[in-house]
Amino acid sequence: MTETAGTAWTRKDLVGLEDLTREEIELILDTAPQFVAVSARESGIKKVPLLQGRLVVNLFFEPSTRTRLSFELAAKRLSADSMSVSASTSSVVKGETLHDTLDNIEAMHSDIVVIRHGYAGAARILAERHSSHIINAGDGRHEHPTQALLDAFTMREWVRNTRQEPEAGLDGLRVAIIGDITHSRVARSNAWGLTKLGASVVLCGPRTLLPPNIDGMGVDVTSNLAEAIHDADVVYALRIQLERQSRCLFPSIREYIRLFRVDADSLKAAPPHALIMHPGPINRDIELAAEVADGPRSVILRQVTNGVAVRMAIMHVLVNRPKPNRDES
Amino acid sequence: MSLCIVNGHLIGPVSGISASMDVLIEGDKIARIGAGLSGDEVIDAAGCVVCPGLVDLHVHFREPGFESKETIATGSRAAARGGFTSVVTMPNTAPPIDNAGMIEFILRRARETACIKIWPAACATKQRAGEEITEMGELKAVGAAAVTDDGDDIASGWVMRRVLEYADMCGLTYLAHCEDKSLIEDGAMNEGYNSTRLGLPGIPKAVEEMRIDRNIRLARLANAKIHIQHVTSAGGLAIIREAKEAGLRVTCETCPHYWTLTDEAVTTFSTNAKMNPPLREPEDVAAIKQGLADGTIDCVATDHAPHTFTEKDVEFQLAPFGVVGLETALALVITELVEPGLISLERAVELMTSAPANILGLPVGQLAEGGPADVLIFDPKAEWTVEPHEFASQGRNTPFAGRTLRGLVKTTICDGQVVYPW
Amino acid sequence: MADSDAQSPEQTVIMDEDAVGAAIHRLAQEIAADNPDIDSVVLLGILRRGRPLAERIALEVKAMSGTHPRVGSLATTLYRDDLRAGVRPAKAGGGETHFDFNVDGVTVVLVDDVVSTGRTVRAALDEVMDYGRPRRIQLACLIDRGLRELPIQADYLGWSLSTAPEDHVAVKLRETDGEDLVVIERVGRESAENDGG
Repeated sequence: MTETAGTAWTRKDLVGLEDLTREEIELILDTAPQFVAVSARESGIKKVPLLQGRLVVNLFFEPSTRTRLSFELAAKRLSADSMSVSASTSSVVKGETLHDTLDNIEAMHSDIVVIRHGYAGAARILAERHSSHIINAGDGRHEHPTQALLDAFTMREWVRNTRQEPEAGLDGLRVAIIGDITHSRVARSNAWGLTKLGASVVLCGPRTLLPPNIDGMGVDVTSNLAEAIHDADVVYALRIQLERQSRCLFPSIREYIRLFRVDADSLKAAPPHALIMHPGPINRDIELAAEVADGPRSVILRQVTNGVAVRMAIMHVLVNRPKPNRDES
Repeated sequence: MSLCIVNGHLIGPVSGISASMDVLIEGDKIARIGAGLSGDEVIDAAGCVVCPGLVDLHVHFREPGFESKETIATGSRAAARGGFTSVVTMPNTAPPIDNAGMIEFILRRARETACIKIWPAACATKQRAGEEITEMGELKAVGAAAVTDDGDDIASGWVMRRVLEYADMCGLTYLAHCEDKSLIEDGAMNEGYNSTRLGLPGIPKAVEEMRIDRNIRLARLANAKIHIQHVTSAGGLAIIREAKEAGLRVTCETCPHYWTLTDEAVTTFSTNAKMNPPLREPEDVAAIKQGLADGTIDCVATDHAPHTFTEKDVEFQLAPFGVVGLETALALVITELVEPGLISLERAVELMTSAPANILGLPVGQLAEGGPADVLIFDPKAEWTVEPHEFASQGRNTPFAGRTLRGLVKTTICDGQVVYPW
Repeated sequence: MADSDAQSPEQTVIMDEDAVGAAIHRLAQEIAADNPDIDSVVLLGILRRGRPLAERIALEVKAMSGTHPRVGSLATTLYRDDLRAGVRPAKAGGGETHFDFNVDGVTVVLVDDVVSTGRTVRAALDEVMDYGRPRRIQLACLIDRGLRELPIQADYLGWSLSTAPEDHVAVKLRETDGEDLVVIERVGRESAENDGG
C-alpha cells in the first residue's frame, strides 16, 4: 500500500467550486475512478464499507429525482444509512427556520447532510453553523458543485480515453455552455471548476439570460451560438425553463430553438469531435435535439453513471479526511 | 438646578463656533455659552467635543405593529446611546401613520416612553397605497414633521405630482424613497459582478436613478421641495447634483453603510448586509464620499431598521431588508470620513445636526443661548468595538459587529436631562 | 513510514537477489503441492508489490505444473480500517483493484510482500468476499515481520523475522524498484536475531 502525499483534504464541507483550489478539485477527480469500478462490479457486492454506520441525510427543498437518487445511491454504495427528506421552504412561514430544521436532523446524529435549496447561500450558512458535513446539491442560482465535478470528471475521462493519455487533464480544452446562464447554478459551478482546471469556457445564451459582468469569472460570453461552438471540444446544453418565456426573457420556444438549439444543423459550426453534454433532465428537441442527445457524441448517460462515483468520492473525502490529532508517524 | 459642561471643545454648526468653550444649561434651555462658566452640577468634557444633539431624518421605530423589532422606548434609548436627541420616525407601521389620530398616538407614546424627541413623519397617501392623498393639512397641524410613503415609492406619476404639490402647500417636505420596482423581480442585492457570482437576484442602480430622476422632474413640475432619502449610487447622486445646480429645491441624505461597505459584504450571505437600497460598488462608495465632501449630500441619516434575530437568521433571499444604525453612525462618520481627512469635524457635526434639522425646519440641531438644551458630548479619539449585544436597540442586525471604530458618545443631553449614560 | 533522523539507522540485508528468487520458488512449490487442483487456483496480488510477486509465483507454478494460474490485483484501499478512521490521507495512490475472473468456488491465494499487523490482509479478505464466495482463501507472503494485531497467519511464507515498530523493512523488487532486495533498517539498538523461515 503506497500513499501519495499530495494534497490532503481538510474542508468539512463542499459548498461551491469558487472556494476550491485546482488541487482540491483534482483530488476529488482522482479519488473517483475506484468508485466507478465499485458500481461497475459484475459479480458480488456493489458497495464498499467506507461509510459503514454513518448517516447521510438528503434534505431537498426543491423537487429533484435524479440528483437525489444519485446521492442516495452514492451513500448506499459506501454502506452508509441514507434518508431523504423532502422539505418545503414554506416551513419558514410555519415558524421553523432552516437552522431549526438542521438542528433537528443533527439531533439524530447525522454525519453528512446533502442540501438542495431554492435560495442562494443556503448550504454555506448551514456549513458555517452546523457540525455535519454539508454537501451543496444546488442552492438557487448560486452553485451546484457536485454536478460540475461529475461534468469535469466525464470530460477528463473522455480526453484520457480518446487521446490515450491516462494522465491528461483539461488544460486547453474549450467548453461551450449554452442556455439560460442567468438562472443556472450548473453554469456557474462549471465556470469556476473548468477554468481552475485549465479549460477555457464560453457561455452562450440570449442577452436576456446572460447575467451582468459574468465575464468577471474568467469566461467568454456571446449570444451567437455558431461563434460559441466553432472551436468547442465540449458543447454543453443547459435545460431551458419553459416558464421564463412568460417573464419576457425570450419570446417563444420556437424562437429559442431557432437561435440556440443544439442540433445536427447548428452543430455544423462545431468541430466534428465535439462532445455533447447536458445536466438533465433534457427538454427533448428544445435545447437539445433528440438525435444529438442520443447520438454517438453524447456522454449524457455517462454523466449520470459518473455522478454516483464522484458523489461517493466527495462523501469519502469529507468524512474520511485526515484527523489532525491522529496522524500516523 | 443648573448643569455646566466645562473644558470641552465646542462645535456650534450654525454659529460657526469651534473653540474651547463651556455650556451652561438651566432647565431645558441653554442659558449661556462662554468661557469660565460653572453650575450646580459640572460635567468635565476635557478632550471631548461638545455639540448639538444629533438629528436623524430616517428611523424605523416599528411602533405600532412590530414591537418585537423595536419600540419608541427602545429605539429612543438606542438613539440616545448613539448621541441623537431628535429622530424622524417613518410611518410604515401597522397600522400606518396616515391620519391625525395616528400622529397623536406616536406623540403620546413618545411623551410616555421616549427619552429623546420624536418627530413623526406621516404617510403621503392613505394606507401607503399610492392612490389617495392623506389629510396633510391636519397632519401638519397635529405635528407631522414630513410626509413620505417610505419603503414604497408612489408609482403613479399623477399621484406623485399631486402629493408634491399638496405637501408643499401644507409646508411639509416629501421624503422620497426612490425605487422603481417595475425594474426588479425579487431583487436581493446590488446587481453586478457580485450578484452574478453569488447567484442572487439583482437590484440595478437604474432602479434608484430612474426614480430619483422622475421625482426631481415632478418636483420641478410641482414647484415643490423634495428630499431624496438614502442615495447610494454615483448615477443617482449625479442627477441630484445637476438638479441642485439648476436651483431646484432638492436635498438628499445618505447612510453610513453606503460609504463604508460595498456589495462584497454579501459574499458570506450575511443577512446583516441586506438592506434596501443595497450596498453598491467601490465607484459608488467613492462618489458618495465625494458628495459628502463637496456638499451635494446635505445630511447623514441612519435608516435605522431593526429586525428580530429570527427574522434575519434565514436564507439571504428570505430575510427582510434593513440594518440598525443609530448606535454606530457617529463613529462611522468619524472613522471613515473625518479621520481620513475627507471632511472636517465641524462639517461632520453639521451633517448630523443643523443640516438635517434645516431640511425639515425642525427647531433643533444647534447650540444657542435660549435654545433647547439638546447636547452631545463625544470623544472623537476614543476607540471602541461594536458589540451588538450591548446595543440599546432591540435590533442587533448590524453589518459592523466586531469592527473597531473611533468616536465614542460620552453624554447625551435632551431638554437639559442626561439621557445617556443611564 | 518515514525513516527516523534521530539516530542513523543500521541497515542489514535480509535477502539478496538469489534469496528472493529462492523464496519465490519455494512459495510456488508449496502452493502447487498444497493445491493439486491447480486449475482452480487464482493469485491476487495486494498492491503494490504483491502484484509482481504473484506474477512471478504464477510463472514458477507454470514451470512446475504446466498450468499458469490466473493473476489479479487487489487495492484494498476501500476496505482499510485506518482509512475509515481518517488516519491516512484520503487520496490513496496504490492503484485499483483489477481482475477479470470470477472468484466463486476457486482457491484464492492472496500475495503480499510483507505481513505485519494483519490489517491489510483483513481488508483484502473483505474485498475478495465482496466479489464472490471463494472455496477457500490462502495467504502467501515474502516476509513476516511480526507485530500482529489480528489473528492472521501466512499459509506460505518466505522469511520471518522479529522487528520493532520503528524498524523499517524495505522490500525491493525488479519490477517496481529495479532490483530484488530485502533490507531492514533498525534504529539505535542491536540487531535482533533472525529466526529464519
